[in-house]
Amino acid sequence: MDKIKSEYAVEVAELVKVFDKKKAVDGISFTIRTGTICGLLGPNGAGKTTTINMLATLLKPDAGTAKIFGYDVTKETQKVRQLIGLTGQYATIDESLTAMENLKIFARLLGFSRTDAKRKAEELLEEFSLTEAANRKVSMFSGGMRRRLDLAASLLASPPLIFLDEPTTGLDPRTRAQMWQTIRTLVKNGSTILLTTQYLDEADQLADDIVVINKGKVVAHDTPAGLKRSVSASSLQLTVKNPDCAPKAAQITERVLGGKAQVSEAAEVTIPLADTAKLADVLVKLKEMEIDIAAINVREPSLDEVFFALTGDKKEAV
Amino acid sequence: MTNTAIIPAHKRDLKNHVGFGTAVKNTFTFTYRALLKVAHNPESLLDVTLMPILFTLMFTYLFGGAISGDITSYLPIIIPGILIQTCVTSCGNAGSQLREDIDKSVFNRFKSMPIARISPLAGVLTADLLRYAIAGAVVFTVGAAIGYRPGFLNVIACIGFMMFVGWCLSWLFAFVALTAKSVSSASIYGMLIMFPLTFLSNAHVPTETMPKAVRYFAEYINPVSKAITAAHEILGNGAISTDFWLALIGSLAIFIVFVPLTLWAYKRNA
Ligand SMILES: Nc1ncnc2c1ncn2[C@@H]1O[C@H](COP(=O)(O)OP(=O)(O)OP(=O)(O)O)[C@@H](O)[C@H]1O
Ligand SMILES: [Mg+2]
Repeated sequence: MDKIKSEYAVEVAELVKVFDKKKAVDGISFTIRTGTICGLLGPNGAGKTTTINMLATLLKPDAGTAKIFGYDVTKETQKVRQLIGLTGQYATIDESLTAMENLKIFARLLGFSRTDAKRKAEELLEEFSLTEAANRKVSMFSGGMRRRLDLAASLLASPPLIFLDEPTTGLDPRTRAQMWQTIRTLVKNGSTILLTTQYLDEADQLADDIVVINKGKVVAHDTPAGLKRSVSASSLQLTVKNPDCAPKAAQITERVLGGKAQVSEAAEVTIPLADTAKLADVLVKLKEMEIDIAAINVREPSLDEVFFALTGDKKEAV
Repeated sequence: MTNTAIIPAHKRDLKNHVGFGTAVKNTFTFTYRALLKVAHNPESLLDVTLMPILFTLMFTYLFGGAISGDITSYLPIIIPGILIQTCVTSCGNAGSQLREDIDKSVFNRFKSMPIARISPLAGVLTADLLRYAIAGAVVFTVGAAIGYRPGFLNVIACIGFMMFVGWCLSWLFAFVALTAKSVSSASIYGMLIMFPLTFLSNAHVPTETMPKAVRYFAEYINPVSKAITAAHEILGNGAISTDFWLALIGSLAIFIVFVPLTLWAYKRNA
């Protein structure tokens, strides 16, 4: 075969989509390495769904290029469609049919034989714990069941690239954890995933890379850890055994690390930690002064802080 | 989740076009889907079951005596009329069905799949053939019950003819539905086309008493009149008349003109 292995599952360059003179996506560029999870993050109306829809060949870009495993989404549309699975923001299944009928029809359209379609549908329903609901109409499904069925439908063709537009919005914590597990398994099996989410901890948990977009523009592209680092340093939290020693402990940490320590009522000392290597020095000094430590914790800034710092004005609701 | 390894992109054999065989297979899958929907919601068949029954009985007993002197001699006029009328009215169904589908999010999934783009359209239109067949069976059963019994083969031929005409016409209505702003405006446009076509014809009454202009339209221009006359003759003596060929050519012309137009409207929408 003449195909070459593409290092990137997704390559987006200067992508633009205009709706009624308004630039929903305004020159976005990013790449996703094959076999990784990329989280697309941004406030409402940032252009996440529009971006995914262009990559999934539902919308034609107005400018720029997008390639899926090296295939251009506008020129090699049918090839791209054979490589992707889409779970949209709104469940893309037929309300008036049963779960089984939905999956069988999608499978038939993907070229499965009648028996294979049935087998594959049963298999997926089983995997997503929907076997009991298989012959019920989707209109009677709960939100979580719909989401699962929708994802199941996207996996029929075992696509190497999967788009998940807010896969866990509206799911209860348990179902959400299951969805995360499913996503991890998919990647382990060799899929690449582009997911959008409103939950920052979700991106933090799952994504290898995060692309933050705001008003149609990329404002950051980094690993979760890198993003956090870019906004502010980590901090060190110490709890001393004897609360009376807290002020002294604060003094010591200030001397070693520089910066200003804060002592909480629970005798917890918090201080910015720019250089993790100095952590040992702090511990040695504290030991010398015979201050016993009950707990020690290096806290990274939360992704929420990063997000608000990057996307700025919260007032401007879209 | 089972641990089935996913075949990487570079090891897949990909084609950038959909072959004819696949297109036909996709179309049948969409036909199957449309029929499944009917099975889940049998009420959607009322317009090809209850409606023609109602119309036949109403027209026969209300106007039969006035128009033809007695009911038995009115039946050969009204039965083919009702048949074609039902067929024309239910032509609009495919269009609104399609329109509804496109407006729903499930269509996004179809669009992201490697299927023939014409197949959702063709599938819905093909499923409608069954509706016409049902309409035909219902009309002739009612007719037989109240005393209209042309030969069995004539009936079959007539239903076949009607299915063809209906299928061709449904492309026109599909075009209207796809260019309209919403499902409801689509059905209004559909009615605006359907009513003059069915009522300004010889479907219910002979044309002799109509005003000149209307009569001219009903006799010479309206393709529905041609279809009714053709049906009339097939049922009467099994004859294939000029009207039959005119209706056939007219339907084909509509088909040929509206297939590309409908496809264009469909691609713009979907
Ligand atoms: N079909 C459309 N027609 C007109 N404007 C649109 C259309 N789709 C999206 N937009 C606009 O484009 C912008 C981006 O929308 P998009 O749905 O991509 O945002 P999003 O990041 O997915 O938001 P959310 O988090 O709310 O899902 C919004 O301002 C939206 O109003
Ligand atoms: Mg969205």
